[in-house]
Amino acid sequence: MSEKELGKKWDRCLADGAIKLGTGLGLGIVFSVLFFKRHTWPISLGSGAGLGMAYANCQNDLRSHYLLHKSEKVGCRSAFVRTCVSCCERVEKLTNFVNNCVR
Amino acid sequence: MLRACLRGANATARVRPPHSSLPTAVIATGLLTVSGGVGGTILYAKWDHKFRAAVEKNVPYSDRLLGLALGPAPQDVGLPVKNQVKSPSAAEPLKERPVEEVAARLAQQDQEEQDILASSLEESLASSAKATLQAIGAQEAALQAITQHTHKLKEAMEAEEKSAQWKDLEAALADRTCSVNDAGTALLKANEALGALRSVIDDSKGLKIAAVHPLVLAAEENLHNMIVDLDKVVTKVQSAESEAKIVSQYSELVNEAKQQFQREVSSLTPEIQANWKGLTGKLSADDLNALIAHAHRRIDQLNRELAEQRVREQIHIDAALEQQKLEDQKALEKAVNTSLQHVKEDARLEQERKLAELREVMEAEMRTQLRRQAAAHTDHVQDVLKVQEQELRAEADQVLSSKMLEQETRYRQLNQEQLDNFTLDMNTAYARLKGMEEAIDSHVVAEEEARRAHQLWLSVEALNYTLKTADADVPTVPLKSAAEAVRDSCHDNDFAMALASALPEESLHRGVYSEASLRARFNSLRSLARRVALIDESHNSLYQYFLSYLQAALLFEDKQEAPPTQLSREDLDPFKLLSYASYCLEHGDLELAAKLVNQLRGEARRVVEDWLTEARLTLETRQVVSLLSAYANAVGLGTTQAP
Repeated sequence: MSEKELGKKWDRCLADGAIKLGTGLGLGIVFSVLFFKRHTWPISLGSGAGLGMAYANCQNDLRSHYLLHKSEKVGCRSAFVRTCVSCCERVEKLTNFVNNCVR
Repeated sequence: MLRACLRGANATARVRPPHSSLPTAVIATGLLTVSGGVGGTILYAKWDHKFRAAVEKNVPYSDRLLGLALGPAPQDVGLPVKNQVKSPSAAEPLKERPVEEVAARLAQQDQEEQDILASSLEESLASSAKATLQAIGAQEAALQAITQHTHKLKEAMEAEEKSAQWKDLEAALADRTCSVNDAGTALLKANEALGALRSVIDDSKGLKIAAVHPLVLAAEENLHNMIVDLDKVVTKVQSAESEAKIVSQYSELVNEAKQQFQREVSSLTPEIQANWKGLTGKLSADDLNALIAHAHRRIDQLNRELAEQRVREQIHIDAALEQQKLEDQKALEKAVNTSLQHVKEDARLEQERKLAELREVMEAEMRTQLRRQAAAHTDHVQDVLKVQEQELRAEADQVLSSKMLEQETRYRQLNQEQLDNFTLDMNTAYARLKGMEEAIDSHVVAEEEARRAHQLWLSVEALNYTLKTADADVPTVPLKSAAEAVRDSCHDNDFAMALASALPEESLHRGVYSEASLRARFNSLRSLARRVALIDESHNSLYQYFLSYLQAALLFEDKQEAPPTQLSREDLDPFKLLSYASYCLEHGDLELAAKLVNQLRGEARRVVEDWLTEARLTLETRQVVSLLSAYANAVGLGTTQAP
């Protein structure tokens, strides 16, 4: 179901964002605690990095369809074209037969 | 006056004959001829019976005339005499008996006579045999008696006189006379019987029946034998008698001498009794001398007689010889006669026997000859019959073959006719049958067509029905089986086959969604499509996403808007399109809705892609099914016959 795809993407996005944010936060906290003497900047850095990564992933994921990879470039297009062509052919056949019978 | 009349009469008399003499003469001659002919015929018929029969046969009613004139015709003498004798006893009219019956009757009569004759012969034979035997016995007895008597006489003569012997002698004599008398009577009887037998034999001979001949012959032989025996015995008796006569003569002489001597002795010595042998003591010397003198005288006499006798011996002997000769001759003659008779009889009997044998042989030979002839005749007849049979058979075969040929040709003709007629009928029948068959076939074909059309229609209806089995969010059952059914019911129909095979695979395997479900799904899709309305290839960052979401939240459009007939640029706005599509869906126009939805671009398009394919699938299926249904209906209409 193509309509559920977006939902799934958003789910993934949020999940990923949560994980990344959490992980970043955690790491930031850890780093902050461990290495940076309880400064807040690693936490914010970590969470910000996490959030940014999540944002970028989400965006990428949402865009993925429109991005043509080098290998798929022609095939995707041709597949699409092929399906279109076969559909048109089928419709043409049908219309021809109907025309013949009518005649 | 009278003279005038007479003259007139004379004149008329003179005048009439010249006018009417010719016809009368003709008539008279004719009558005379006819009567003469008839009389002559009658007379000749009376004399010659065959002529009479011929006339009676050829001329009708002549038999009556001849019967009147001469009396009834005499019949042919064809019956044997005996049957005529028998006819008074039979009530039916005389008719000639068959030959076998006559022969049988004759044979029967012969048999009867033969039997009678045989019996009579036997009787007479028996009686004569008895009599002869009796005679022979009597003769033998007489012979015996005579010999006995003679013997006794001799003994008595030779031996001393004794009263017992004389008594015996007398007894023997009495016996002899008795037996001789008996023999004589028996002989007479035998002769009578033999005479009777001879007469019977002669009678039987007179009857001349062949079968009796041997009997007669046998009887004759018996008779002859009996006569011969009788004669022999009679001769024996006669010889014995003659011997006895001699002996008696001798005894008589001796007795005479004795008596003479006795007389002489008694004359000389009257006191002496006859029995002088025991008187030797009683006789005196005179008596003795007288006796001796008598004896000497007697001796002298006897010597003289002896001398005389010796002298006359020859003469006496001659005379005796002569007598003997005569007697011998007589006896010889008699014997010769009897033997001659016997021999004649024998010869005759022999002849007759030979004759009978010869006759038998001849008869046998004749029979064999006749048999041979008969066999030859039968052979000949057989041959002739065979030849005739062959000829007749050949003829008959020929006739048969010709008739058969005729019949065959006729039969063939008829057959041919029949065949032709039959063929004609068969052809017509066949043509009709063919026509009927074709009609039926076409009917069947039409019915088949109708059935198939019906089946197709049914299957299409089933297919149609399966389309309705879709529940909300659940596709229909896979249309595979229904499509199979449709395909099965339209094997020969290319159009229907094409249509049936044009059903999309997805619908076959998975089924299609109903319009309602699609509608429901679209409603849920619509909000999503609104939300991603701004996203496409170039605008697809997260910020755009945010913006698109914001737009969807802030933009309000009609839920449903009727689409225009022609889409312009402004109508390609997603929101508008979506509202158009909703409107179409609400109004059941899935096709237009799909078309409109198809115009979406970008992410919205991506989002509704599945729905679109589903819609397309459904549309396709529906189109095919409707086509099939229309086709089935058309075909059904076409094949349905108006009642």
